[in-house]
Amino acid sequence: DIDDVGHKYHLELVLEDVLDKDRTVNCTAEVLYHLSNKSIAPDVQFTIEGELKNTDEADNIFYNRIKSLEKELVAENIPDSHGNVSPEMEPIHLLAWVASGYVIWQNSTENTKFQLAQIKHVKQVKRSDEYLQFDYVILLHEMVSQEIIPWQMTVLWHPQHGVQVTQDSRQPKHA
Amino acid sequence: DQALHIVPETFQQVQHLQHLCSTLLLDLWKPLLPEDIWAGEDLHIRVPAPLVQEVKDSLDQHMISYKVLIPDVQELVDQSMPRERSSHRQVPEGYVYTQYHPMEEIYQWMTQIQKSNSELVTQHYLGKTIENRTMYYLQISQPSDKTKKIIWMDCGIHAREWISPAFCQWFVKEILQNYKSDPKISRFLQNLDLYVLPVLNIDGYIYSWEKDRLWRKNRSPHMNGTCYGTDLNRNFNSSWGSIGVSYNCSSEIFCGSGPESEPETRAVAQFIERKKSDILCYLTIHSYGQYILTPYGSTTKPPSNSEELMHVAEKAAAALMGKYGTSYEVGSTSLILYSNSGSSRDWAHMIGIPFSYTFELRDKGTHGFVLPPDQIQPTCEETM
Repeated sequence: DIDDVGHKYHLELVLEDVLDKDRTVNCTAEVLYHLSNKSIAPDVQFTIEGELKNTDEADNIFYNRIKSLEKELVAENIPDSHGNVSPEMEPIHLLAWVASGYVIWQNSTENTKFQLAQIKHVKQVKRSDEYLQFDYVILLHEMVSQEIIPWQMTVLWHPQHGVQVTQDSRQPKHA
Repeated sequence: DQALHIVPETFQQVQHLQHLCSTLLLDLWKPLLPEDIWAGEDLHIRVPAPLVQEVKDSLDQHMISYKVLIPDVQELVDQSMPRERSSHRQVPEGYVYTQYHPMEEIYQWMTQIQKSNSELVTQHYLGKTIENRTMYYLQISQPSDKTKKIIWMDCGIHAREWISPAFCQWFVKEILQNYKSDPKISRFLQNLDLYVLPVLNIDGYIYSWEKDRLWRKNRSPHMNGTCYGTDLNRNFNSSWGSIGVSYNCSSEIFCGSGPESEPETRAVAQFIERKKSDILCYLTIHSYGQYILTPYGSTTKPPSNSEELMHVAEKAAAALMGKYGTSYEVGSTSLILYSNSGSSRDWAHMIGIPFSYTFELRDKGTHGFVLPPDQIQPTCEETM
């Protein structure tokens, strides 16, 4: 407890590579949740011990594939109802996962537990610069309230410059 | 997926097709390599479903004519393989337990299971859902002259948790396939009867197949049909409506208009109430999270037999982990998850059933409710 500021947590965690389960890396982090009347994202400081895998080759293949599409990519329901993701959509899925992490961070409090449940809709937006842009509507599952929350996010990505969420907004749940 | 037949006419068209094949990583059936594509020669490519439109658009834009050789590759594959199940033969040996099944198939499965195992299995009427569908449970009972204690297990109280009904079906199959050969199971059945309710929230489950995959509650109408669904696991008479609920129908944790307001809740509660002096263990299966949860959710005050409850749950978690290394957290809901009232597990314990547990199956959020079918087998095997 930090008076007048909030609650600070010290964490020791192990990161596991989603694409290579045997690959793990240790991590320490400090998370400060601000007092609940302020709607600010928690402060996060972290240190990663060791290196993350180099993904340049896969990144470039995906980048080039999307860049050379004649028509913008459009897709829905990833994964599908049965939990399947086609190989072509796997990078789109992973990108959403990373970007949703940002949205989750920005909207987390000590009383929320968010997970990405599904990509409802994704549309590529062609750009004149080198970035790839994808407009997503994702569904976030919040564990405590059990709510499914639609969320729109604009995601920019480039192999060397990484991921950016340039715009995001919570969507109303249609009845 | 579709297979297309193209005969390129010019060198430019060949170049474009080669470009398309390599950038989109299309599956060349004829020829095998892009460099062997020639003008005037047959080209057969399989295009994955999500890319079909863009490939066709690209061909149109470059004035390359094509014919659809196979409009649905999967269909052809299915037809050419011996069918695992046909609508005429519903034998359990043909039932695919590593796939998710719609309610109609689960109804058929129950009938078949009883027919093929009539010495052990009987199907019983439990009640009706709000949309008037019939709820059945299966009783697995070895004929004997002594009265046996009962273990009750229900699955699918929350519609979107598909792995849960899949587990109930798997469980029944495992018991029936192995009770003669597995000494543990046969000893089990000598002393205990198993009652399994494969889908508690039938209307919700069907709704999650047909309309909204992430639906949770039942389908009872409120406010003149402008809002639907009560969370059945907040509707039981265990500190009902006190904590961890909403009184608003539009919430996922709406507890209903009163304790046991829902016909599904009443059907289960009335049955268990009647049999309670013989029920040793109440199990309710959910997903996701990988927890074995003990009472209570409505208070942090431990139940009277807390030590024993924890001990058994910890042994279960250890055994589960022994199979594939999957870790399950064990503890009371109010301490390790969140507070809630009106849960079936709390209610079962409050009326005197000594061992009452909620299982939250795989995973921890990576797939969440939409667990891929290739995880059905390992999840069920370890939980078994």
